[in-house]
This record gives sequence, structure tokens and C-alpha cells, in this order.
Amino acid sequence: METAFTPFASLGGGILIGLAATLLMLVSGRVMGATGILSGAIWGPQGRDWRIALLAGMATGPLVLLALTGSFPTIEVPVSTLAMVLGGVLVGIGVTFGAGCTSGHGVCGMARLSTRSIVATLTFMLTTGITVYVVRHVLGG
Amino acid sequence: MRLIVLYLIGLVFGIGISISGMANPAKVLNFFDVAGTWDPSLIFVMGGALVTTFIGYRFVLKRPAPLMEGTFHLPTKTDLDARLIGGSAVFGIGWGISGFCPGGALPALGTGNLNVIAFVVSLVAGMAAARYAQNMTGPAQPARA
Repeated sequence: METAFTPFASLGGGILIGLAATLLMLVSGRVMGATGILSGAIWGPQGRDWRIALLAGMATGPLVLLALTGSFPTIEVPVSTLAMVLGGVLVGIGVTFGAGCTSGHGVCGMARLSTRSIVATLTFMLTTGITVYVVRHVLGG
Repeated sequence: MRLIVLYLIGLVFGIGISISGMANPAKVLNFFDVAGTWDPSLIFVMGGALVTTFIGYRFVLKRPAPLMEGTFHLPTKTDLDARLIGGSAVFGIGWGISGFCPGGALPALGTGNLNVIAFVVSLVAGMAAARYAQNMTGPAQPARA
């Protein structure tokens, strides 16, 4: 499935993500990692209230877009529901052991020049690329 | 007051993810499909987010403390252990299979899309399983040189 090249929307979205990460550090002194926020919101033990507030804000994002533009952000899923479930379980296991994901390691950790985050980001970008290649070009997805 | 501010920060993140394309698995998977239907858009997401955060943190972390808490809570681990690398490798496999990472999927929950819900439920199940396994094997071992 082809998707349109959207450099301006993607750059604008990226800047807002960075702005949110900066604001969270300024206000609460925390990194904007989706993994840590979700896990802390569910299992705590401390700071569940503000993490739930953050998650509620995140999920309101598409509704603001709907109000402003008349449509939700595009979500095209070129894989099966089974792939969603399998992928979700693997992501959950991976980000828990790896202590972070694209936002925590890839944005906040890299911006702090953390060696752990740089190694983690290079590792998952590589295995994501290999997986996409194998699924699409070897298995013929 | 504090919770309203945090809600609004989450909202900025959610709008950013929504317009960036990170909540769209087709776009994410195409970013990695250099050998096929390549869409380089997500370089601009990573670049924009990283440069903005890098500059923002330079100013914020010069402060003695954040505005609403007593101290900064920065990660302190420095060891490059098997958990970090193995976990990140498994995360990438799951991202490559589904096209969703946690930061892309959580804001997308707001659309009520059933694929997003299936992903997030599975994500939480995977996190719960990994937490259980970590409790069985004890806390992370210090890295062996």
C-alpha cells in the first residue's frame, strides 16, 4: 500500500511531540516515554493520577483534529488483526525489558545523549527494518 | 491545576502524533520498507521531535528544579545489558509486524479504531507478562564487564 510523502505535516507533528516532551520536563521533570507513562498509569504504585491525565490528553488529540479538520487522523492497517495482536504482545514484552520505546529512548533519551537510549534506538530501528523486509519481501506478506 | 496542565501536555503530544503519521501503521511500515513502497516522512517526525527536545532540554535542565515538582526524575542507569538490547530487539520485531509503537497507538485510541484497541490490549498483556517474568527472575542484574 502506497502512502503519500508528507514532510510538512510530519515535521509539524514532530515539533509538537518535542514541545510536549520539553513541557513535561519543565513542569514535572519527567521524560515523555509512552511506555513508562502507560505502565505507571496501570501499575503505579505512585503517580497514577498525572499519568492518567497525560494519557487522557493524548487520546483527545485525534478529537481535536476531528474538530479542526473534520476528520480523524488516517489509520490504514495493511496487516491482519492477528498481526496487531502478535505485534502488540511483542512490543509490550520488548519495551518492558528494554525500558522504553520510540518516545522514551528515541526522542527523550537521544535528546539527553544517553548511551543506553542511543543503543536501544539503533537496535529497534534495525530489527523493525529487518522484520518489515522479511514480512514483505521474503515471506511475501 | 497540576492535572489540567498534564492533560494539556498530553494533548499537545496527541495532536503531534495525530498529524505526524505515527498513528498510521501503513505509513510507519512504509518508512521501513526502503526496498518497496518507501515513504521517508517519518524522518521528519523523528528529526523535528529530536531537535525540538534537544534544544528544549538544554534550557529546562539548566533550572534547579521543574516548576511543579521538587527535583528532576531522570533515568540513571548507564549499563548496556542484555535486557536493554534484547528487549529493544523484540520491540522492533513487534513494531515491524504491527506498525504501531506505544506512542503512536495510545493517542490513536481516541479514534475508537478497533485495530488500535486490539493492539493496545495486546500491548498491555505483553507488558504484564514481561513484568511477571521480571518478578520471577528478580531485579535486573548489574552488567558483567
